[in-house]
Amino acid sequence: MKTSTKKIHALYNDDDVLLHAIKEIREKNYTIDEVFTPFPVHGLEKALGVPHTRLAYAAFIYGFIGLIFSIWMMDYIMIVDWPLNIGGKPNFSYYQNMPAFVPIMFEMTVFFAAHLMVITFYFRSRLWPFKEAENPDPRTTDDMFLVEMSVGDNEEELKALLNKTGAVEIKLIEN
Amino acid sequence: MMYQLPNTLRNFAFALILIGAIGVIYGFLTVPTLEDVKSSHEVTTEVAHQTTDNMSASATDEHSLHVLHQLQNRPWAALYVAIFFFMMIALGVLAFYAIQHAAQAGWSVVLFRVMEAITAYLPFGTLLLFVFLVFSGLDFNHLFVWMNPELLNPESAKYDELIANKSGYLNVPFFLIRAAIYMIGWNAYRYFSRKYTIAQDTATDDKNYFKLFKLSAAFLVFFIVTESMMSWDWIMSLDPHWFSTLFGWYIFSSMIVSSVTTIAIVTIYLKSKGYLENVNNSHIHDLAKYMFGFSVFWAYLWFSQFMLIWYANIPEEVTYFITRMNDYKIPFLGMVVLNLVFPLIVLMNSDYKKVYGIVIVTGIVILIGHYIDIFVMIMPATVGDQWIIGIPEISSVLLLLGCFIYIIFNALTKAPLLAKRSPFVKESENFHYYNID
Repeated sequence: MKTSTKKIHALYNDDDVLLHAIKEIREKNYTIDEVFTPFPVHGLEKALGVPHTRLAYAAFIYGFIGLIFSIWMMDYIMIVDWPLNIGGKPNFSYYQNMPAFVPIMFEMTVFFAAHLMVITFYFRSRLWPFKEAENPDPRTTDDMFLVEMSVGDNEEELKALLNKTGAVEIKLIEN
Repeated sequence: MMYQLPNTLRNFAFALILIGAIGVIYGFLTVPTLEDVKSSHEVTTEVAHQTTDNMSASATDEHSLHVLHQLQNRPWAALYVAIFFFMMIALGVLAFYAIQHAAQAGWSVVLFRVMEAITAYLPFGTLLLFVFLVFSGLDFNHLFVWMNPELLNPESAKYDELIANKSGYLNVPFFLIRAAIYMIGWNAYRYFSRKYTIAQDTATDDKNYFKLFKLSAAFLVFFIVTESMMSWDWIMSLDPHWFSTLFGWYIFSSMIVSSVTTIAIVTIYLKSKGYLENVNNSHIHDLAKYMFGFSVFWAYLWFSQFMLIWYANIPEEVTYFITRMNDYKIPFLGMVVLNLVFPLIVLMNSDYKKVYGIVIVTGIVILIGHYIDIFVMIMPATVGDQWIIGIPEISSVLLLLGCFIYIIFNALTKAPLLAKRSPFVKESENFHYYNID
């Protein structure tokens, strides 16, 4: 990725320090491009001003699709295609057999919601299996938190601010 | 800030008690006689009986007598449902409270005094229930069929071998001794937990807190055993031929969801009056999460119990649900809407769980649903198809609700509303769920 501007990488070693730093940086009207963390930090999206995730709505819809699918599936398998007499239950009537299908409805709802949510998450995050990591510094997979920012013409001022917020290391990346 | 019991609330509670008491007395006075039953039932039963040509006079008499017994049970059963329901809420809050201490939970400290106040109903509620059970044992009512000595007599025509075999456990003296043991144990924990938290308020160290921690852990062991046995004794034994191995859990799920709901409603009420300034919408959000989760838990147990019995189709087990499906279809299936579908849909959205109005409305629906749940557990065995939600049922609820409101709000005036010296009080005051505003 070629960009004409310089980038700055500020590393922090504590998630609470990171959250406070982000608040301070944003108060000074700097733009943060990306934050890399070794684990999900609660409250990070809010501190960054990222809009609230809509994954929950997607999950509801996926679960609903799973529910409908399981209703249809059990009707096809157990009533239409190959009725089996199990325990003397009326096998020609969906309605009277319905209690036996409830666990399957539940499982299918969970199955669809879970798997489609993961796939949606991959799409939205532009991730797929065997993707090359875009991680700028391998230490962010261990114990470091990295804030990536673009540098304008006030490089020194920004560095001073980052130092003040508790950054343990500041790197200038020139492209 | 100490809580002052407003006159309007006190008068409201007394009005409920008065109206309820009048209705309950009316219910007992208007129990029909055998002649009433015969005259009103001949009309409806004639059609059904025409097919059996040799319908003897004694059989009709027997049927009328059976209906009469059910109608005589009705005011008692209505009172029993209400007594049990409110006792169950206080007991469930006590268990929830013990969990907070045993888990050393930080978020809930600001709600401790609300929980303690609700459990203040427990001594009264258990005493009332015990008196009721003594009345049953003394043959004032016939809710518990196994108390009839004729069923145990091999010479009698009514001899029931299954019940006779269970008489080592199901007999009146042992039944009352067990009830006393459960109730004394629960009330002892309530007494000491209250004593220790009040002492902790003015203490200089955390000794009381650690005593309470150990006591709560021990109580939870005692509770889960006695709660299970209580559910067999006081509810499952109404159908002495029938048994369900998850019945203790089923009652527990109903109990805990009603209890958390009551905590939420009382908290929001106090907050709307300007008290509990340390409670924020994150606390309410947590309570609403519990309401949501335990509603699903209840439905899981309700369905598990139903499906296993429905699938196995063993006659003495399945009769329990046949009675409910035939005579109690609307409350039996309707409560699933109130207890599962409504809370599931309304409380699913995270933002709604912090809106006080929505939590209150859902809470009221949940409480009505779980009253119906207890109703459908008790009524089929005692009143059978003669049930209706009429004056005795509603009055019993009003009477006990009046007592419940008066006792818990009176208990709130007895201590400061913040357990200020609890080691986790700061954590609770600053409690904030990161995902909501």
